[in-house]
Amino acid sequence: MSLIIQIENLSKSYWRDSMEIPVLHNLNLEVERGGFLSLMGPSGSGKTTLLNLIAGIDRPSSGKVIVNDSDISTMGESALAKWRAINIGFVFQFYNLIPVLTAYENVELPLILTKLSRKERKKHVETALSIVGLEDRMHHSPRQLSGGQEQRVAIARAIVADPLILVADEPTGDLDKNSADEILTLMKRLNTEFDKTIIIVTHDPHAAQIAKVVHQLDKGELTKK
Amino acid sequence: MKIFNLLLKNSLRHKLRTFLTILGIAIAVIAFNVLRTVVTAWSVGVQASSANRLITRQAISFIFTLPYAYRDKIAQVEGVEEVTFANWFQGVFIDKNQFFARLAVDPETLFKVYPEYLISDDELATFKKERNSCVIGIEIAKRYDLKIGDVMNIDGDIYPGSWDFVVKGIYHPRDKTTDATQMFFHWTYLDERMKEDMPGRDGEVGWYTIKISDPSKAAAVSEQVDILFKNSLAETKTETERAFQQGFLQSTSSIITSMNVISFVIIGIIMLVLGNTMIMAARERTREYAVFKTLGFSARHLVGLIMGESLIISAIGGGLGLALTFPIIAAFAEFIPKGWFPIFEIETITIVFSIMAALVIGILASIFPIQKALRTKIVDGFRFVG
Repeated sequence: MSLIIQIENLSKSYWRDSMEIPVLHNLNLEVERGGFLSLMGPSGSGKTTLLNLIAGIDRPSSGKVIVNDSDISTMGESALAKWRAINIGFVFQFYNLIPVLTAYENVELPLILTKLSRKERKKHVETALSIVGLEDRMHHSPRQLSGGQEQRVAIARAIVADPLILVADEPTGDLDKNSADEILTLMKRLNTEFDKTIIIVTHDPHAAQIAKVVHQLDKGELTKK
Repeated sequence: MKIFNLLLKNSLRHKLRTFLTILGIAIAVIAFNVLRTVVTAWSVGVQASSANRLITRQAISFIFTLPYAYRDKIAQVEGVEEVTFANWFQGVFIDKNQFFARLAVDPETLFKVYPEYLISDDELATFKKERNSCVIGIEIAKRYDLKIGDVMNIDGDIYPGSWDFVVKGIYHPRDKTTDATQMFFHWTYLDERMKEDMPGRDGEVGWYTIKISDPSKAAAVSEQVDILFKNSLAETKTETERAFQQGFLQSTSSIITSMNVISFVIIGIIMLVLGNTMIMAARERTREYAVFKTLGFSARHLVGLIMGESLIISAIGGGLGLALTFPIIAAFAEFIPKGWFPIFEIETITIVFSIMAALVIGILASIFPIQKALRTKIVDGFRFVG
């Protein structure tokens, strides 16, 4: 299998006033195309930072993040925004749906950036919503949906533009067990049936178990479990 | 979904706040338009002034009169086509609140020098013939429901006594800026009464209006006229009608300047109101902007979203304000004492200016929120707690 993500000597530090807070040190990681990777670790271990760097929403202090043969650590803001739109689907812990838009409109958002016609967009949105099992709720607003349903809408939004990689930051962290199981089953399905490369960050060992590979991150260093 | 739908939904997210902002903008636009209309109405005399007319008045002050005998001398100056004259009569018609210009004029020359006062030949001929007749503007006729043959009784103040004038003509304005709120009667009627009742006040003229053949020679003609009466008991000051009107405005320039300043302060206030709304909206949506950026929306898209929302609010507020301006100006015109402003209408330039102001304000009010949204890193946006 070919590699879709290569991380080489990646370091990331944050600055609080004049104090440097190192988060990741010389980290190396490879993810295969179609892989399902879970990142575990205690709070403050750098899981979310690593996920953000892979998704191109944060910049490394040093090192390389190569995704699908592109070194995204050298891209400008505008190019990176375009790159994200094509390659990354992001699922957040707190869903982050736009409250004034319906489920349909939320899922359609990433497609506004494409050249698809309205009819084609409709087809994509309906397909994405049917994959997550919410085609009957497409005209509901986020506040008319349960937490689990909101997260499924967020997953539909993440996959609607058919990205290469799906990244999820604590996707079940705000859900009850049943809803969390539904989401995990859905993600496993996206990996196996739709061949999406998935990286999730989680505290939950049960959630981590569905991944093919689990990595433990502690004090900025990565160990494979 | 179209981007416009998203802009509209964002604009209406906090309905009360948006409504109050729109209302604030609308009220400010109305205030701006009314103030600008007052300023333009104040200076309508300048706009209506003709390039080929000069005004000759007493050099010391406009309140002093000139001898009637100057008329023939002025008429002989090279470049002078026609000379007419008038006296400010004032008086009280009905009561002191009924203000409009009442002037003693020369019927033979007035309408030649002022072709913008349109009167029928028959009415003019009657006016010229009958000593106690008068001509009134159509607006005065409408305001007091006066018709040909009606008698206007005026209590004199500058020229004491009871004066009766029979309406023999009604003139119409040729242009939008022509004053149709005046009353003209025979100067000779006034002069004869003065000879009888107040000897010594006869033979006086308030000012002369000179029609010249070539407006480019206005300065030369003015100089020649004033030279004629140099070192006399009543020296003259001759200037173009426009300069004369501007001189009048100078006396109220501080009021006009204040109004101008206030009208632009209002624009600033609208900007602050909308700017405040947009800053609050952008602050509340810091996480959403981070989501948009994560989804691949670029800086250009965010600029469009924030500026678009600001423009929608300013356009609705501006449009509402403009729509309400017309009935409010009409009501204002009814409310202010009659005769203060012969013409009180909103000018096209004021409309254009208020539309432009609303648009510019929409853009300016969004600059700070845009700057903040673009500067905030995605990861900081997700950490933001509003």
